[in-house]
Amino acid sequence: MALLSKKDTNLILDPLADNNPITIQVLGICSALAITAELQASVVMAISVLFVLGVGNVVISLLRNIIPTKIRIIVQLIVVATLVIIVDQVLKAFAYELSKTLSVFVGLIITNCIIMGRFEAFALGNGPWKAFLDGIGNALGYGIILIIVGFFRELLGSGTLFGFKVFGDPVAKTGLYATGYENNGFMIIPPAALIVVGIIIWVQRSKNRALIEEN
Amino acid sequence: MLEHIELFFKSIFIDNMVFAVFLGMCSYLAVSKKVATAVGLGAAVIFVLAVTVPLNWLLDQYLLRDGALVWLGPEYADYNLSFLSFILFIATIATMVQLVEIVVEKFSPALYNSLGIFLPLIAVNCAILGGSLFMQSREIETLGLAFNYGVSSGIGWFLAILAIAAIREKIRYSNVPAPLRGLGITFIITGLMGIGFQSFGGMLTGGDEAPAAVEETTAEKIEENKVIVEVEEEIDEKEISYNDLIIEEE
Repeated sequence: MALLSKKDTNLILDPLADNNPITIQVLGICSALAITAELQASVVMAISVLFVLGVGNVVISLLRNIIPTKIRIIVQLIVVATLVIIVDQVLKAFAYELSKTLSVFVGLIITNCIIMGRFEAFALGNGPWKAFLDGIGNALGYGIILIIVGFFRELLGSGTLFGFKVFGDPVAKTGLYATGYENNGFMIIPPAALIVVGIIIWVQRSKNRALIEEN
Repeated sequence: MLEHIELFFKSIFIDNMVFAVFLGMCSYLAVSKKVATAVGLGAAVIFVLAVTVPLNWLLDQYLLRDGALVWLGPEYADYNLSFLSFILFIATIATMVQLVEIVVEKFSPALYNSLGIFLPLIAVNCAILGGSLFMQSREIETLGLAFNYGVSSGIGWFLAILAIAAIREKIRYSNVPAPLRGLGITFIITGLMGIGFQSFGGMLTGGDEAPAAVEETTAEKIEENKVIVEVEEEIDEKEISYNDLIIEEE
């Protein structure tokens, strides 16, 4: 790549797997679990976080030499809150039904630990371009987990993807349902998300033994 | 009084912050390795929720919601500032946390030493902002109920972190599959606890929520129909009397 140096590429690629914000850094769990019963909501949430984290990281990085250390948390919160208000208003204007589904969880992007975590750990100590790449990378790593969880929960729980009936009609007993297959209602309830993420962590750490924790 | 008791138990068990809506998961996972620290953080969360939810209720009621500014004068009745709720709520929370920290440090150094390190963390705990946002979206009616909601959802969060910390202290001696150790098993245990908490769902309704709701709506509809019929009759009567008047005038 000519546009990105190797270091810059790593900034984007690392958070996708070996330094994933959800499964390794344990950041931003709340929203990852609550809204993943449908794939569509997961994708929209991932895009919202991508916007907030990408732009927010650049803003904080530009301000990093002006912000007094003592009040930096409040400054960071104000920057995030402003960006989240933009996202919320856009969603309300163009995807009203979806913004009802996401309800308070759009607002909770403000306290999403990924955002504050990346501000503190990266944007305060690096230039805007690097901070931007880091923001995009972490938001993508977050988005990937969200989309995987949303995919399995919607497919196994409702038999649909983005609302399309993948397995046939459960009422008319067509497609897979003709053979006696039933939707797993367990996947729809909130605690199932925790168990799906737990399994993702299990698979990931079995593949990469270096990530295993010492008790 | 009954609604207070209902809200209290509902926010602790049914709408539990951790198990039903996954709020405050980050600190829940990060600070639950020992029971003692978990108790400290849990107490701080109850305290901050009890302060910020009523405060944000006042802000919502008299500043943010549609037509809230009417107390300034009738010309302000059309203002709807609810798009500012996020920034105002989080500012309130950050300020309150800072204020609480200073006050506690001044008047109770012992409490400050046990809570002190957790207080700044709490400003970015999603359970706190979530408490205020849910208070807004569930349209809680009075200041007393808002205070009740803050305290009881704080207690729910406290119970959750206490339980997981106790389990994690014990599980250190168990033989967990290596890739699941630490984070993975904590997720799965929380999921199982969440399934357990789902069974509280029938607690307030006795498990017959759906049929009762259907009956209610039909009853309401019948009443509505009655009202409509009555109104129509009234209108008819008025028309008749009006017609009579015209006739009399002639």
